[in-house]
Amino acid sequence: MPKLQSAAELEKYRAGILAKRDPAKPCIAVCAGAACDGMDSATVAAAFVAEAAKLGDKIEIRTTGCHGYCEKGPNVVVTPGDICYFEVQPADVAEIIAATLKGEVVERLVYKDPNTGAKAVHMNEVPFYKHQTRLLIGDNPNIDPMKIDDYLAVGGYAALVKALTTMTPDQVLDEVKKANLRGRGGGGFPAGSKWETTKNAPEKTKYVIVNGHEGESAAFMDRAMLTGNPHKILEGLIIGAYAIGAQKGFMYTRHDMPRLEKHVRNALAQAAEYGFLGKNILGSGFDFECELHFDVGIFVSGESSALMRSIEGHAPEPRPKYIRTSVSGIWDKPSNLNNVETWANVPQIISKGAEWYTSIGSERSKGTKLISLSGNVVNSGVVEVPMGTPLRTLVFDIGGGVRDGKTLKAIHFGGAMGGSIPADLIDAPLDFDGMSKLGAPIGAGGLLLMNEDTDMVEIARYLLDFLVKESCGKCAPCREGMPQMLHILTNMTQGKGKPGDLERLQDLAEVTGAASLCALGKTSPDPLKSMLRYFKPEYEARIPASSGDK
Amino acid sequence: MSEIALKIDDKDIKVPAGTTVLEAAQQAGIYIPTLCHHEKLEAFGGCRLCIVEVESRGWTSYVVSCLYPVAKDIIVRTRSEKVDKIRKVIVEELMSHAPDAPELVKLAEVYGADRNRFERKESFCVVCGLCVRYCDEVKHLNAVGFIENGAERQISFIPEVAKNVCWECQECFALCPTSYAQAAYLLAEALAFPGHRKVAAARAAQKPNKSRVIPIAAVPAGN
Repeated sequence: MPKLQSAAELEKYRAGILAKRDPAKPCIAVCAGAACDGMDSATVAAAFVAEAAKLGDKIEIRTTGCHGYCEKGPNVVVTPGDICYFEVQPADVAEIIAATLKGEVVERLVYKDPNTGAKAVHMNEVPFYKHQTRLLIGDNPNIDPMKIDDYLAVGGYAALVKALTTMTPDQVLDEVKKANLRGRGGGGFPAGSKWETTKNAPEKTKYVIVNGHEGESAAFMDRAMLTGNPHKILEGLIIGAYAIGAQKGFMYTRHDMPRLEKHVRNALAQAAEYGFLGKNILGSGFDFECELHFDVGIFVSGESSALMRSIEGHAPEPRPKYIRTSVSGIWDKPSNLNNVETWANVPQIISKGAEWYTSIGSERSKGTKLISLSGNVVNSGVVEVPMGTPLRTLVFDIGGGVRDGKTLKAIHFGGAMGGSIPADLIDAPLDFDGMSKLGAPIGAGGLLLMNEDTDMVEIARYLLDFLVKESCGKCAPCREGMPQMLHILTNMTQGKGKPGDLERLQDLAEVTGAASLCALGKTSPDPLKSMLRYFKPEYEARIPASSGDK
Repeated sequence: MSEIALKIDDKDIKVPAGTTVLEAAQQAGIYIPTLCHHEKLEAFGGCRLCIVEVESRGWTSYVVSCLYPVAKDIIVRTRSEKVDKIRKVIVEELMSHAPDAPELVKLAEVYGADRNRFERKESFCVVCGLCVRYCDEVKHLNAVGFIENGAERQISFIPEVAKNVCWECQECFALCPTSYAQAAYLLAEALAFPGHRKVAAARAAQKPNKSRVIPIAAVPAGN
């Protein structure tokens, strides 16, 4: 493949890809996302390939990233028509292919409502999908993540072309600011302001970084995006680099996900081959390269200053950010870091404009949000809804409610650094600021459902047990405060609660939150704080009423 | 360099830009407690005891003064109810490791810390990192380092390096607020290169004037 030298060459090449594709030719997309892969979708995909080979060129088989409906994997989607088959086994393959060629549907493999028995054949009829707005993850079933041509076929890199050929860097920045894109990694900080800080920093050498270090418990949406559609994130990054004036980017991700690594490596190589990375991108005069970097297996690697230390080759220890990393980051150069999902939002903002983007979402939180739905929920999976969607829609309409006919007790957001709110707040909208005020900040977007049997003391203990092992141990309040809280909570769950424990917990939570060096320590007591706010009686019940010991 | 005017505990102070709040306070004779700080070492921000309240344009925040650079017109309060509480709880946490360390005992008196408030921990180390950083930044030897993460973090002498350099130096032992550094060294010696003391004694005999934290007696005759 010779390098594409201009926007015109890209569009010609894209037209060529589309011309070779017959939209009427059936395509069977087999999900190879983490959950489906775990249910051996690879064998299903191999069976499809073998069966299709017998028929010559009548049908296309595509192995794709996560479709979203993890609960019912292995997932298969047949186009045209977006016919969804669930829990597909190798034995079902011949029947699906035969039906597809005849334009028929295999009724026994389509969605069936567990209560009414009503069937749903097409994706837009399946309850799990029909309440979603899948702007980011919707392309996943249409793309083989190893094939850049699949991304080009759905309009990929058109936003980059638009930015490079019709907009100045300032205009790109302006569009992102107007779109009020807020960081999806947890803080909800306006991405445009962050970009502007790095752009305006005096140093000439600047870096942009994709934080793909998803480590929050119960969060698996960034992995679904980055593994399933790596070029979308890369396109966002290149556009951001152009706006900011960065010459180099880093994709920082986990070392322990071989498929993700393979897809990202391949995407970077293909993008360089096609000329989306390197010197004089599409003849625009803009140079940009991107390097892949891995963590060393500790959660705090995802903290921005620790991540930058790690890229420099040091142990991932957070630095105090009295001077922001957007001004002084990697090797003391201005470094703009955004999360996977934040970058994934950039191409559509450039393509469709800030006005379109701000028409989606709530007043202060725009666009859609990817949510990982898990816990005691009927339908676990990766979900995408407009900001402002009531939690009820997420939990009941999409999630199908609580598993095993139990009642909902609490909704937990944000993993080990998030918070739990009681079931009666179910009508709260999904909104950065609103959820923070309730004490359950969205975080990166891991939503955990808890049923009536959940022990809220045990949940706080469990989450702290995770974080204690993930702290770096540099600063005292985090290193010492967390294990002390864990010790008290462990005692409480074992019936060894003591008078004074609640006061000790409150003091430890307050000081760890106020005095820790980085966000990991500062937010580590948040689940506990939310539980003492909403579920305090459960904690009080673990303390014996009278005992002299304090 | 330009001068920055700020207020620390109602005292008007002028210091060059780039000065930290801790340095500014020290220059003005205002005491802020520290544990992991040492003037020869890069500021670390690990113990968090030097935390202070900073008011800037109406916003109050809590920052560690050893790292926070002075800024124009900020108002620093080195003590407040919240600052004192933070220091009290941190001292209580550290006392779970080293309840009798003199610096902690003194701080406990000031901030009303209860040495028995939290579960005792088995190590006497408060992980201030003075030994590790001194060995790295001043001595450039790296004979002692951190190992493990989070609550498990501890100092550890690296036998291959320590064997050759520690008896000759010993400077970190005197820095240690809990006397744990030398214990850790001796444990490493016992485990990895036992009897090294004899070699050290012979070497010391050749340099009789060098003072040491652990005096090296000559090996008794007939041994």
